[in-house]
Amino acid sequence: MKLGRNRIGRATGEGEREGRILVPFTAQGLSQRALDAALRLARAEEATIVPAFLVRVPRTLPLDSPLPAACSVGMPLQEVIEQRAGAAGVAVDARVSRGRTYRDALGRLLAQERFDRVVIAAGADARHGLAEHDLGWLLAEVPAEVVILRPAVEPSGRDGEAGSRA
Amino acid sequence: MGDLTGQATAGAAAERPRGRLRVVLGMAPGVGKTVRMLAEGRAERDAGRDVVIGLLETHGRADTAAAAAGLELVARRMVSYRGTELEEMDLPAVLARAPELCLIDELAHTNAPGLEHAKRYEDVEEVLAAGIDVLSTLNVQHLESLNDQVAELSGVRVRETVPDAVLAAADEVVVVDLTPEELLERLRAGKVYPAARIESALGNFFRVENLTALREVALRQVAEEVGQRRIAAAGGGMRAELLDAAAGQAVGERLLVLVQPQPSTQRLVRRAWRSAQRLGAELDLLWVRPPGALDAEHERSLTALMQLASMLGAHFVVEESDTLVETVVAVARRRHSTYILMGRPRPARGLARLHTPLPLRLMELLPGVDVRIVADRGRREERGER
Repeated sequence: MKLGRNRIGRATGEGEREGRILVPFTAQGLSQRALDAALRLARAEEATIVPAFLVRVPRTLPLDSPLPAACSVGMPLQEVIEQRAGAAGVAVDARVSRGRTYRDALGRLLAQERFDRVVIAAGADARHGLAEHDLGWLLAEVPAEVVILRPAVEPSGRDGEAGSRA
Repeated sequence: MGDLTGQATAGAAAERPRGRLRVVLGMAPGVGKTVRMLAEGRAERDAGRDVVIGLLETHGRADTAAAAAGLELVARRMVSYRGTELEEMDLPAVLARAPELCLIDELAHTNAPGLEHAKRYEDVEEVLAAGIDVLSTLNVQHLESLNDQVAELSGVRVRETVPDAVLAAADEVVVVDLTPEELLERLRAGKVYPAARIESALGNFFRVENLTALREVALRQVAEEVGQRRIAAAGGGMRAELLDAAAGQAVGERLLVLVQPQPSTQRLVRRAWRSAQRLGAELDLLWVRPPGALDAEHERSLTALMQLASMLGAHFVVEESDTLVETVVAVARRRHSTYILMGRPRPARGLARLHTPLPLRLMELLPGVDVRIVADRGRREERGER
């Protein structure tokens, strides 16, 4: 069986989409609100969402080390995101990125690829995932529209609203 | 005279069957492995067996020293290394004493240069060969295959490791379990480290999330040991190590995944990785790259796929060829693949419909290799199935 070079692109049925929406998440989980917001945007704009699993590599390990323990958490999350996106009719193009910190991992990914939007939830607990100063860095440094969602409020409280800044 | 003693010892060893090794495994220092070892040694002695302590590390812990009271201790020998006097287990003295059971702490210890063996587990091997039963202790992070995983979980890499085969060859492995909270309580009470080291330990290795992960690894390790022993026991009289070796050859799996630089391949790779994890198998990804340059989109997908492979610990193989089947067959043979996983083939069009489909051709050309087509879950959900 021969596989012609010019057939690869057609075979995938996954041509270049107009927009790419980055949705970073860590082993601590992914905000349902951030995913829902990203899916709504992607659907409206026929964009592709790029769920990116960010992994922090201990300094005692090389940066390119296999990370099975982290993957055992991150891969099922990627699976869930793809299923949700599939159900919403949104194309997905997943990524993984390693760094010494979550910001470092995100920075490496942003240096490699262009994204039109970054959708991220401000964590209720800054010890996990991206902290407040990381979000400030995103707003200041990333050449893309950044959508930061407020943390989910307690059930008794007022529902949070999405804030956005281009 | 010395020769005669040597001959007598050798003669006695020849008459005695190989000793049995029992390893007390723990998730971290301070869980009570040594105290457990000493308690078991004392119980054996009370039952009438000849028990000695070959090597004990109390680390200055009072409860450990108290647990050793009354048990015979083979004195350590002093070894001079680069002007420093080091204390090591006296292997010749242990062999000459020839007890029925010898308690030897810290199986992963590295001996001072110039002794009979580089590692303590090698000393233990010689003691066992002399027909002496050994009871020893080990922390899970010292196990060679878990070293990377534990380093990833805890951020601490230990240098002294023990090959997995040593633990696999042990006749019994028991785990000393303690909840992370209990261990931290022991640490804060000064039962693990001296007061000066407590704060630093709490901020580094002894964090609840570390200990929880290590506890899981230790418990899983023992569960796997039990599982393997059950398989060996089902062998009906075969020696466990012979059966283990045969089982390794018979069921050792290696998965080969046919990939292309496109987003949907990532799902295929993730599913293959999960299968590989369950099977304890190696995972290879193969992209048969058609001659020619890649466009930017495929380059990007390729980079993402290679990142994923690297993080999962999979081997990414790229073969440039315009003959897909022949290349896959050659790689599968070369890498001794037992499974080939692929995405759903595209429907053939035109003259291609006359060709035998790829999965069938691979099954014909690779007898004994399972070919699995990974379903597109999105399609299943489109039909409303779960």
